[in-house]
Amino acid sequence: MLKIKNLHAQVGDTKILNGLNLEVGPGEVHAIMGPNGSGKSTLASVLSGREAYEVTEGSVDFDGVDVLDMDASDRAREGLFLAFQYPVEIPGVSNMNFMKAAINGKRAHSGLDPIKGTDFLQKVKECASLVELDGRLRDRSVNEGFSGGEKKRNEIFQMAMLEPKLAVLDETDSGLDIDALRVVSQGVNAMRSDERSFIVITHYQRLLDHIVPDYVHVLSEGQIVKSGGKELALELEEKGYDWI
Amino acid sequence: MSQTEEDKLLNQVTGKSYEFGFTTDIESETIAPGLNEGVIREISSKKNEPEWMLEWRLNAFKIWSEMEEPEWAHLEYPKPDLQAISYYSAPKKKKELKSLDEVDPELRKTMEKLGISLEEQKRLSGVAVDFVMDSVSVATSFKDKLAELGVIFCSLSEAVQEHPELVKKYIGTVVPQRDNYYAALNSAVFTDGSFCYIPKGVRCPMELSTYFRINEAGTGQFERTLLVADEGSYVSYLEGCTAPQRDENQLHAAVVEIISLDDAEVKYSTVQNWYPGDEEGKGGVYNFVTKRGICHKRSKISWTQVETGSAVTWKYPSCILKGDDSIGEFFSVAVTNNMQQADTGTKMIHLGKRSRSTIISKGISAGKSQNSYRGLVKINPGATNARNFSVCDSLLMSSTCGAHTYPYIEANNPTAKIEHEATTSKIGEDQIFYCQQRGIEEEEAIGLIVKGYAKEVLNKLPMEFAVEAQKLLTISLEGSVG
Repeated sequence: MLKIKNLHAQVGDTKILNGLNLEVGPGEVHAIMGPNGSGKSTLASVLSGREAYEVTEGSVDFDGVDVLDMDASDRAREGLFLAFQYPVEIPGVSNMNFMKAAINGKRAHSGLDPIKGTDFLQKVKECASLVELDGRLRDRSVNEGFSGGEKKRNEIFQMAMLEPKLAVLDETDSGLDIDALRVVSQGVNAMRSDERSFIVITHYQRLLDHIVPDYVHVLSEGQIVKSGGKELALELEEKGYDWI
Repeated sequence: MSQTEEDKLLNQVTGKSYEFGFTTDIESETIAPGLNEGVIREISSKKNEPEWMLEWRLNAFKIWSEMEEPEWAHLEYPKPDLQAISYYSAPKKKKELKSLDEVDPELRKTMEKLGISLEEQKRLSGVAVDFVMDSVSVATSFKDKLAELGVIFCSLSEAVQEHPELVKKYIGTVVPQRDNYYAALNSAVFTDGSFCYIPKGVRCPMELSTYFRINEAGTGQFERTLLVADEGSYVSYLEGCTAPQRDENQLHAAVVEIISLDDAEVKYSTVQNWYPGDEEGKGGVYNFVTKRGICHKRSKISWTQVETGSAVTWKYPSCILKGDDSIGEFFSVAVTNNMQQADTGTKMIHLGKRSRSTIISKGISAGKSQNSYRGLVKINPGATNARNFSVCDSLLMSSTCGAHTYPYIEANNPTAKIEHEATTSKIGEDQIFYCQQRGIEEEEAIGLIVKGYAKEVLNKLPMEFAVEAQKLLTISLEGSVG
């Protein structure tokens, strides 16, 4: 599914990723943990193709294609989804129009006609119920005036709508209360399947109680310094990062 | 339709370069460049105008001669040499092309993106149209229907001949000759324009648009429009066209006057897309327009504009809220890109009791352009309980463009209630990236974001205009984020 080899990346002159290696197989859930400034969010940005990040070395193979040459929208259309740590507000653009443009962009990429209105609405209904997103939020402008929890639920709603092959969740648990955390996690768990993989970036063990990972990696100074099973997260919680 | 009528209309369509009715050699109809009293007499006599019209023009000329070109706007441009302009026939002297292949490919590309039909593409770019049966029949059925209701919709020249009492009564009553430099110039030399009269109590059943007055399309440099809505009537008027228009006239100084009598409602929508010049701003149109309406008791005037064209725009569609309980509205989206400059806004003059006005202005600047909102809200002493609500937003698409807001408020009555909100924001790379991450390509993302930003105004446009105006916004801003 995803093979990252010796990835080096920087913003301006600041080197952030220093030879990162990671392989994610189909259906697997990988958690990436690490202290502030270790490069977790940079990894999410580089994978999704944010322009400010320059890749200086290495390769990222996504389902047989080298995504580093692709722009962000093409990567998304190939099935790579990023749930943002800070979802962006787009005033005046309704959530529904936004989703329709996204779905039709993806469909056009696969040579399909635009989605039918009735199919679209059906899908919206299903996905919205997954994260308990009520009609009021669906019809509003993208993320405008949403609370932190509503924004994160909207991210998972969009993920469900777009059915990605690989979803990167960038600190999706930040700013969530316990109820919202439960709802968001339920949504993610419902999306788990043998074909869909997840990279879950988080600071805290508590998210991994809800979304149980197959593997846990520790990122430090732009490299993965330790990998293990889900028990590694518990160990980290107890001992902190200094222990590594 | 009888054969002769059809022929007549067809002639109007295909012979539009000779519109002013002097079908002799066009060159001989061009008055030598320059402006003096003789030229004005000549224009008037060529148009076979009555004496009062000539006197009116001469009076305007006298006033204009004593005026100076205004310099207060936030605009920089070389002053047009008004003595180098020929004040007659130039507007129609477009070269007729044989086929669309001769049209500038850039222009065609834009028209295709706008979804303009082939036939209309030909008409707009000055290609000889052989036979446009559809448009002809549409135009005819429109005219019949309007005539039945007593609606007068014709060229101003025609109105001067056919309805002199109406023209004489209303012309210059809202925009007086001495109003400003360019309005005075227009009053002296106006070539043609539209005249519209809606009788008492009539609700005009269709959007009136110059588009359907095929023979009058592109009336040129010094256009003058006079629109009278009699008591209790309603009309929605569309001006302009979303297709890009190239024109050899550099200076456009138009005047629009609206009279909305008691209980009448006028909705005036404009989409302006004159040639903005090349990327350095060369060759673009100067658009210096005076638009103003007067509202009598309980009447309403609503201006909606989408401005994407012209090198320099200087335009303030305004309302004089004379009557008690009258309403004025102004909804505007002004886009500037490359080297374009726009100084636009509105004036709401409250005279009547409980008069209300709303201003929603959305500026979008890109490239190295300068975009200014300039607005005046004036509450006169007699305007008890007048209310105004204004929103002026600016969206910056680059770090080299400029957005400026000049709101003037004069409240002379203690009961007035005035609210003003203003914001400036830069289109976020974050917003664009967010869209891209969902599979929406950059250009489409910019389109979405800008349309969202301008939504409040776009929603006010009649359907026919709204779709094209949205596409126009996207096209005007292509490749402009930086």
